Amino acid sequence: MLYIPCPHCGLRNETEFHYGAEAGVAYPDPNALADSEWAKYLHIRANPKGWLAERWVHFAGCGRWFNLWRNTVTHEIGPAYLPFTEQPKAPGNIGQEGPKA
Amino acid sequence: MSEISFIFDDNICKGQQGEPMAAALLRSGLLSITNSTYHSRPRGVIGLGVEEPNALVQLVSGTQESMRPATIIEVAEGLNARSLTGIGALPELPDEARYDKTNRYVDTLVIGAGVAGLKAADKAIQAGYQVLLIDDQPGPGGHLRHLGTGLPVALRDVLTNNKLTYVPRCTAVGLYDQNYIVAVERRSDHLGGAAPAGRARIRVWHIRTDRVVLAPGAFQRPLIFANNDRPGIMLSHAAATYVAIHGVQIFKRAVVVTVDNQGHRDALRLHQAGVPVQAIYDVRPAAGGASVDAAKAAGIPIRFRTTILDTVSNEEGTLQSVIIQDLDTNEIVETTADLLAVSGGWTPIADLATHIGIKPKWSEEHAAFLVHHGTDQLQTAGMLAGDFGGDDDPAVFFGPALDDEQARHAYIDLQRDATLHELRRAVGAGLHSIEHIKRYTTIGTSHDQGKTSGMLTIGALCQLNINSQGGNSGLSPADVGTLSFRPPYVPVPFAALAGRERGPLSDPIRITPVHQWHVEAGAIFEDVGQWKRPWYFPKQGESMEDAVRRECMAAREGVAVMDASTLGKIDIQGPDAAVFLDRIYTNMFSTLPEGQCRYGLMCKADGIAFDDGVTTRLGKNHFLMTTTTGGAAGVLAWLEEWLQTEWPDLKVYCTSVTEHISTIALVGPNSRQLLQELVKDIDLSKTAFPFMHSRMATIDDIRVRIARISFSGELAFEINVAWGHARYIWERLWTLGRPYDLTAYGTETMHVLRAEKGYIIIGQDTDGTQTPYDLNMSWVVSKKKEFIGKRSFRLPYLQATARPQLVGLLPENGEEVIPEGAYITELNAHPDEHGKTSHTGFVTSSYYSPTLGRAFALALVADGLNRMGEEVAVPIGKKVLHATICDSVFIDKENIRRD
Repeated sequence: MLYIPCPHCGLRNETEFHYGAEAGVAYPDPNALADSEWAKYLHIRANPKGWLAERWVHFAGCGRWFNLWRNTVTHEIGPAYLPFTEQPKAPGNIGQEGPKA
Repeated sequence: MSEISFIFDDNICKGQQGEPMAAALLRSGLLSITNSTYHSRPRGVIGLGVEEPNALVQLVSGTQESMRPATIIEVAEGLNARSLTGIGALPELPDEARYDKTNRYVDTLVIGAGVAGLKAADKAIQAGYQVLLIDDQPGPGGHLRHLGTGLPVALRDVLTNNKLTYVPRCTAVGLYDQNYIVAVERRSDHLGGAAPAGRARIRVWHIRTDRVVLAPGAFQRPLIFANNDRPGIMLSHAAATYVAIHGVQIFKRAVVVTVDNQGHRDALRLHQAGVPVQAIYDVRPAAGGASVDAAKAAGIPIRFRTTILDTVSNEEGTLQSVIIQDLDTNEIVETTADLLAVSGGWTPIADLATHIGIKPKWSEEHAAFLVHHGTDQLQTAGMLAGDFGGDDDPAVFFGPALDDEQARHAYIDLQRDATLHELRRAVGAGLHSIEHIKRYTTIGTSHDQGKTSGMLTIGALCQLNINSQGGNSGLSPADVGTLSFRPPYVPVPFAALAGRERGPLSDPIRITPVHQWHVEAGAIFEDVGQWKRPWYFPKQGESMEDAVRRECMAAREGVAVMDASTLGKIDIQGPDAAVFLDRIYTNMFSTLPEGQCRYGLMCKADGIAFDDGVTTRLGKNHFLMTTTTGGAAGVLAWLEEWLQTEWPDLKVYCTSVTEHISTIALVGPNSRQLLQELVKDIDLSKTAFPFMHSRMATIDDIRVRIARISFSGELAFEINVAWGHARYIWERLWTLGRPYDLTAYGTETMHVLRAEKGYIIIGQDTDGTQTPYDLNMSWVVSKKKEFIGKRSFRLPYLQATARPQLVGLLPENGEEVIPEGAYITELNAHPDEHGKTSHTGFVTSSYYSPTLGRAFALALVADGLNRMGEEVAVPIGKKVLHATICDSVFIDKENIRRD
C-alpha cells in the first residue's frame, strides 16, 4: 500500500486517496481543437514507465487535489505539490512513453 | 509444560501442552499420517513448520479450519483433529470466533526473533528506535528452540528492553510498498479450552514502519530421488529435533543423506539421542569443519561421494530400506533404515522480499538464493543475507540422475503429487520459464506455495540444462531464476481479513429519519448503495404486484407520500456559483430566478450523461443541487475536481447536505388540498405557487422549504425539512391524510410512475454511453453557452446514426412484462452459423402500468427515435415476444396533470 504525502495532512495510506491520472493535462479551449486533438485530450495519456507526475485527491481526508511524483515501475513516491504551483524536479529520469494503443 | 490429551482421528493422544501436534503424533508411533491427494500414497511428517507439505489435518474442534499442517498446531486440551487427504472442506457452520485488526506505526520492525533478528532489534534499540519484533514461533530464539539451547544472556536482555515489543505467533504474510506489512497473530487456538472468553482468535496487524529488518531464517531442502515420499523420510533438522527435543523414540536405524555439514550435525544429535545412525552419506568428495569432526569422533561412519537413489517400503508403506549410490563407481548398496534424514541444503525464506519485487541472487558458496539488501528502509539479516554460521559448506546438488521409471516416483511437490517425470514432460512440451512450468505441473501451487518444492524445481531444471532463455548453456540455478512469491506467505482465513466487518457491520447502513416509521409500517426495503429505502408497503396478504398497483393508483388518483430523503443534496454558494453551474450542467442556470427550480443534466467531458437532478436557486449566489441517490458522492467529487484543478479562480463552495435535509414527496391530485391543511402561511394554489417554484413555509413552527417538483408527472410537492424534524412532519401528514386515504409508497412505485412519464434514471436507462441526444433530451442542451462535454457532441462517433436511442416499447401482449435487460432484435432476425442473433437494443426499464392497464417498457434501440411504430422482437429463452417502438412518454404528454 502506497504511503502518500498529502500536502495538507501529511503521510497517509493509499486507501484514503483516489487517483486522478496524469497531472498537467490542462482543460483546453474545446472549440480551438480539431476533432482528433479533442479526442486526444479525452482519451490519450503518456502512460510512461518510470517517474510520472500524477494527480491525487485526499478524498477521505482534506478532500483536496494535489500533484505527486510517482515511479510507475518501482512505486517510489516523490514530492507532492499543489496545483498551480511550480513543479518540483522529478526525483529521477522521467518515464518513457508507453506503447500507443 | 503439562501433559494434556487431544483427539486425532477419533483416538485419544497424549501430548505436552504447546508442543507441535506432529511431535505428539510421531511419539505415539504414527509415521503415516495421511494419504497423498492424487496418488494415494502414505505420507508422514517431513518438516518442522509452515513448510510442511504432507501432514495436513482438518480441525474438528473450534473453527474446524481445514488444511492446517500438524507441524504448526500447538496441542492443547480439547483439540480435536483428523487427518486430511487432499483438499480440505469448509465447515458448514459459520465461523463464530472473533477476529480483530490493529494498525501500528513503529520506528523499526524486525521480522524473525531468531539470533539474527534479536541482534538486529538490539542494534535498532541502541540507535534509539522503538522496535516491534514479530515471529511466527511460540517463543524467541529461532533455530535455538529446535536445538533446545536457551538464548544467550545478551539476547535475553533485548527481549525485556522497554523499547521493544515482542509478539510471538505473529506471522508476517505480506510486505508491500513503502514498508507496509501485514502480519497475522494467532492468539487463542494454542490455549484450547483455556482461552479467555472473548479473546480474538486471530489479530491482523497492519504495520507501517520506517525500517524493516527481514530475518526470516531458512527452510531445509529435501532431495529428489525415487520414492522420496515414504513415511520415515524427513528433513534431517526436523528428524533430529523431534527425536532430541520432543522425545520421539520410534526410530531404530537411521541413515543420513546430506549435501552439507548440517547433515552431520543432525546425525550427531540423532546419535546422541540414542538413535543408531548407520552412516552419513555425503555427496561431497570430502568435508571438514567442526560438525564433520564431531560426527566422526562420535564414530558415525561417513561415506563421501555417495547419495540416495531410491527407497523400499514395508507392508505398511513406511520406510524399510534405502538404496545408496556411489557417485564414482555407480555401485549400489541397499541398507535397512526406518528413518532417512535428508539434508539438501538451506533455502532462505525470500518470500517477503520478493513481494516488493526484490530479486534474490544465487550464491554458489551457499547453494542458495540470498537477498543482500541494505537500505535505510529495508535490510536483510541472518540466513537470508547469507549468514549460515560458517560451518555448512554445501554442495550444489538436488538429487542423483534418475531414469524415467524412477522419475515417476521422484516427488518434487509432495502436496500436489507432482513428480520429476511431470516436470520433464513440461520441459518436453517446450516450457522453459519456471513460471510456466509451475503452472503446467502445478508445482508450488498448494497451501505451502512451494516452500520445499520451489528450489527442487530449479534444481531439476538445472539438471535438464534448461535456463530461462530456453538455451542449454547453464547448469546454475542463477540461470534458471527464482519463483516470485505473492502474499500471503501462509494461508490466512478470510474471516481474519474480514475482522469484525461482517454481517451488518460489513458496510455502513444509511437510513433516513423516517426509517423506523417505514419498519413499523411493514415496508419491504431495498438497498440503494448503502441506503435502506422502502421498496413497497404491502398490506396484510398483499403481493408486491398488488401493493405497487395500489400505491400507483393512489398517486395518480388520490394522494401518496414518499420518503425521498436519500436524494443527494449539495449546497453550492459563492459569487461565481451560477457561472459554475452553467459550466457543469448542459442547460443554463445563471438565468434561473431566485426561488425557482430547474432540472439539470450533467455530462463528462466525453459528452456522456452521468447524473441529473433538480437544482433550486435559493439566493443570488446560493443553489441547492440534488443528485441521484447513488451519485451524490461522485457528483460532489466531480464539482470539487473542476473547482480545484481547472477553475481555481471561481469563488464557489460546495458542501454535502444530503443528511442535513430530509425530503418528503407528497404526490397526487389531492396533495395540494392535504398540504394546505398543514401549511397556513403560504398559498399553495396553482397561480400563487407555480410549477418548479420553491417557497419557505411553516408547519407547526417548523420551517420547511416546499418545492413544486414532480418525478411522477402528478401534482406534487417536495417538502424539505431539517433531518431531525422529518419524522414529525411525516407523521403529521399521515394523521391529516387519513380522510384522503393517504398512501405511503416505495421505490418500485416511484419507478413505475417516472417510467410512465418517460423520466430516465441514469444508470438504469443509460449504460454509460448515452449523450443527452441519445436520450431524446436535446431540450436540455443549451446552444448559447459552453459546458463540460459540449465539444464532444460534434465528434463523428457521437453524431453517427444508428446509435442506441431511448424510446418507449409496448409489448404486443399487454399482460406480459418484458424482463429488464432483455435483448431486442429485428423481427426477421435469424441466428447466424454460430447460433448468434445480432441485437438492435435492449430493454432498460419495464413495468406493468395500472394507469395504462398494460405492460410497457423503456429501451435503448439503435436509431430508435426514427423508428416510431415499428415492430421488434424480444427473444426470451425459446419464446419470442413482439413489441412496438413508441414515444417514451406514456401518459399526459401535455403535462396537464402536474398542475
